[in-house]
Amino acid sequence: MTVRTLDETLREHPFFEGVGEEVVALLAGCARNVHFRPDELVFQEGQPADFFYLIKEGRVAIQLHEVAGGASIIDTVDAGEVLGFSWLVPPYRWVFDARATVDTRAVGFDAVCLRTKCDADPAVGYVLLSRVARTMHERLEAARVRLVDLYGTRTR
Amino acid sequence: MTEVLSAERSQAVDAMLPRSFRVERTRRDTRDTFTLELAPVGGDPLRFAAGQFTMLLAAGVGEVPISISGDPSGGGLLEHTIRNVGSVTRALVATPRGGVLGVRGPFGTGWEVERGEGGDVVLVAGGIGLAPLRPALLQVVRNRERYNRVLLLYGARTPEDILFAPDLERWERDHDVEVAVTVDNGPHDWRGRVGLVTRLVPRAGFDPSRTTAYVCGPEVMMRSTALALRDRGVRADRIRLSMERNMKCGVGLCGHCQLRELFLCVDGPVLGFDRLEPLMSRWEL
Repeated sequence: MTVRTLDETLREHPFFEGVGEEVVALLAGCARNVHFRPDELVFQEGQPADFFYLIKEGRVAIQLHEVAGGASIIDTVDAGEVLGFSWLVPPYRWVFDARATVDTRAVGFDAVCLRTKCDADPAVGYVLLSRVARTMHERLEAARVRLVDLYGTRTR
Repeated sequence: MTEVLSAERSQAVDAMLPRSFRVERTRRDTRDTFTLELAPVGGDPLRFAAGQFTMLLAAGVGEVPISISGDPSGGGLLEHTIRNVGSVTRALVATPRGGVLGVRGPFGTGWEVERGEGGDVVLVAGGIGLAPLRPALLQVVRNRERYNRVLLLYGARTPEDILFAPDLERWERDHDVEVAVTVDNGPHDWRGRVGLVTRLVPRAGFDPSRTTAYVCGPEVMMRSTALALRDRGVRADRIRLSMERNMKCGVGLCGHCQLRELFLCVDGPVLGFDRLEPLMSRWEL
């Protein structure tokens, strides 16, 4: 069995594609491997947003509680994608629930540690935030398209 | 010259005459979508290419363009998968077993699945767009050894709206088709993906330099998907889309399906993204 260092794991993740080794090594200092069992909550609405996750294996469902009870899955995050933006924006609280739907392995970054390093070195902050912004842009675009009743329009 | 015109007119007249088909079976696929299996009342089975459509006639109610969703290899029943959303489709779906419908066609261009032979094939479907792609996939799995990787990326509104679920399982299990399904909204106990089908494109395992893609769904979804495929490096002329417009005559005479210089009932419905891109980005068309 091959044991990978956190640096290696991060460099293999699409989120860090093209990022210099020094920056990866610096951010790896905030990271640790985490594991979630099926149905385990990764985070909960209203709780402090103290982590940022890179998903390595598995799937996490982002859920919205409904007034009438129950929950709907509004998005899923799979291997190779990232989970969580609320750690970036005050008041640093999660606005949705996230739950592993299958056995899921991820790298979790301590949010305070990340923010501190970004504040201390704006160049590192720019590298990180430009990648987060790209993902946010993709999700926003997808969310806007989904506002249309996309699949209700075609008849044949 | 007169003879040529006369022959063309004669073909056009033939194309306007419906053939009679008997309803052999009506299968409910989802809460609002049904597949009709039709047999010709006399004469040969209808020969068609994957991706073509017919005009289905419910006598006394009206006629609608419907893509053929069955196997193009011939001999079997003629299949059409229909969303029950209007007066004509309601009448078609309500036609009892043994009832007779009119069929004109087949019309239009096909997927030309042979273009993908020797390389990877990616089929991307949104909603009922899986129905026009089904003949293409049936043709691919029938000749599976001619293709390298075959991927089907499919987006539906909810898990209950997933079409041809038994087919999806069979294609994956028996024919080495990599199937990825995503839905727009999932209930709490849904274990699959949620999100736009276009999000599946960037990480799907195909080689863009040798990929042919076939895309069918709502126009917004097709445009986003085609751009995502092109961003991955798939050539625009190897991205083929099936356009939906208000087809009426089926022979390029009435102009209902005109898209600038194209009559989609004869020049389409399947066209390359290299031709469609400038037209799809203009809202006034």
